[in-house]
Amino acid sequence: MDNLVEVRNLHFQHSNSHIVFDGVDLDIPRGKVTTIMGPSGTGKTTILRLIGGQLQPTQGNILVANQNVHCLSRNKLYELRKKMGMLFQTGGLFTHLTVFENVAFPLREHTKLTEGMIRSLVLLKLEMVGLRGARDLMPSELSGGMARRVALARAIALDPQLIMYDEPFSGQDPISMGVLVKLIRTLNDALGLTSIIVSHDVPETLGIADYAYVIANGKVIGHGTPEEVQQDSSKQLRQFLDGLPDGPVPFHYPATALTTDLTEETIS
Amino acid sequence: MISDIAVLGRWGIETLRELGKAGLLLLRVIFRLPDLRKGFPLVLQQIYAEGVLSLLIIVVSGLFIGMVVALQGYHTLVKFGAAQQLGPLVALSVTRELGPVVTALLFAGRAGSAVTAEIGLMKATDQLSSMEMMAVDPIRRVISPRLWGGFISMPLLAMVFNAVAIYGAYLVGVKWLGLDAGAFWSNMQSSVDFHLDVVNGLIKSLVFGLVVIWISVFQGYYAAPTSAGIAGATTRTVVYSSLAVLGLDFVLTAMMIGGW
Repeated sequence: MDNLVEVRNLHFQHSNSHIVFDGVDLDIPRGKVTTIMGPSGTGKTTILRLIGGQLQPTQGNILVANQNVHCLSRNKLYELRKKMGMLFQTGGLFTHLTVFENVAFPLREHTKLTEGMIRSLVLLKLEMVGLRGARDLMPSELSGGMARRVALARAIALDPQLIMYDEPFSGQDPISMGVLVKLIRTLNDALGLTSIIVSHDVPETLGIADYAYVIANGKVIGHGTPEEVQQDSSKQLRQFLDGLPDGPVPFHYPATALTTDLTEETIS
Repeated sequence: MISDIAVLGRWGIETLRELGKAGLLLLRVIFRLPDLRKGFPLVLQQIYAEGVLSLLIIVVSGLFIGMVVALQGYHTLVKFGAAQQLGPLVALSVTRELGPVVTALLFAGRAGSAVTAEIGLMKATDQLSSMEMMAVDPIRRVISPRLWGGFISMPLLAMVFNAVAIYGAYLVGVKWLGLDAGAFWSNMQSSVDFHLDVVNGLIKSLVFGLVVIWISVFQGYYAAPTSAGIAGATTRTVVYSSLAVLGLDFVLTAMMIGGW
């Protein structure tokens, strides 16, 4: 299969020595929606930042469109990023610009289009996400779901090949979530994009994904089509997919025995 | 004892690392200039945000500081029968020291803290990251215009401060205490040297402007992306800028008095 993104033997360690990835391999097929799932704190956002070249891996390679992201010069990395779009969890909208100007921002920065053409393009992108009527609003006047849709319109402004979604569904009401789910799938198919969704919202994400990876403890603990992942019987995967409170990921944070703690408290 | 030395060593390494990061940031701003067509309007916006919006505090402070210096100076000079020297006293104090130093301190509190908070908040809300992912360099688009805007604004603000402070002294000395206006202005004119006093004062304000805005953008750009991180960075901007301005003022004054 033709892969747009290939991650090979990825190791990543924070400056505080916390190991986030310990030999991760991923293939993101071109034209498909791939989801990377896992419990909180497993480095799902980190992997998107590594693919985007915002972080440097400790070891391993990440190829995007056959280019090794971390061996590129600054100029070449910026050229590659023009082919990528990223939807941040917070939206990342510029708070001093209107919705229209936010979507127009990448077009003004990277193209020499006339004002008329920029206007038409921005309105078309906003129409795609259903917010053409909100073009004069400021980001502070938008709901969380609307802000993400505007950020989505901005992310597709330059017609990228790859779009990465960082927790697109978290904190959304059912209507906003439904809108986002539909938008991600529709845009991927209509625009011929390749999408990576990082999320821990299992039903919504598996509902629109073509392929899924589940990461925990720095490794891939399961992958396959959504049906294959859901039928996987490994304990770690079952705990995550079924939302079990106790299992390989323990309910209790590691600590000394409760009686020891209580006794020490009483003595001191 | 050993642990104290280790703590001192760690602090020293950490401080040097921070200084290195700040130096690299400054180099990146200087060598990665924004292109003129897009950068000039951004620098103009920052001159407005950092300079024009600081005018109120600069004008009011300048007026009162000039009035106070005149009042204090008059009551001291009059004991020696030298009240007519009030003009030179005020002009020299303001152009050489008070103008550049007080303007820089006020600039750090008004504009520097605002720049740090704004950049820190842009970082915390992923605005800088999203800019990077859109292949737009935040150093060129956000940091550079703010640094150049502050660098240009600061000497202009110091000149406004000087003019208003001298006018404040005129109001107190001539209009209130009854000194002769001709003597006030002519003594001032004959005592103040354009190069040694006015230009040297402006050189100081240029240096202070660069240091204050450099500290401000550095603290914002490297702030921890949390509310506590931004609050701490804003405080550090004001504290470090004030200390740097006062320390550099002594160094520059010593150099200027010694004829460089």
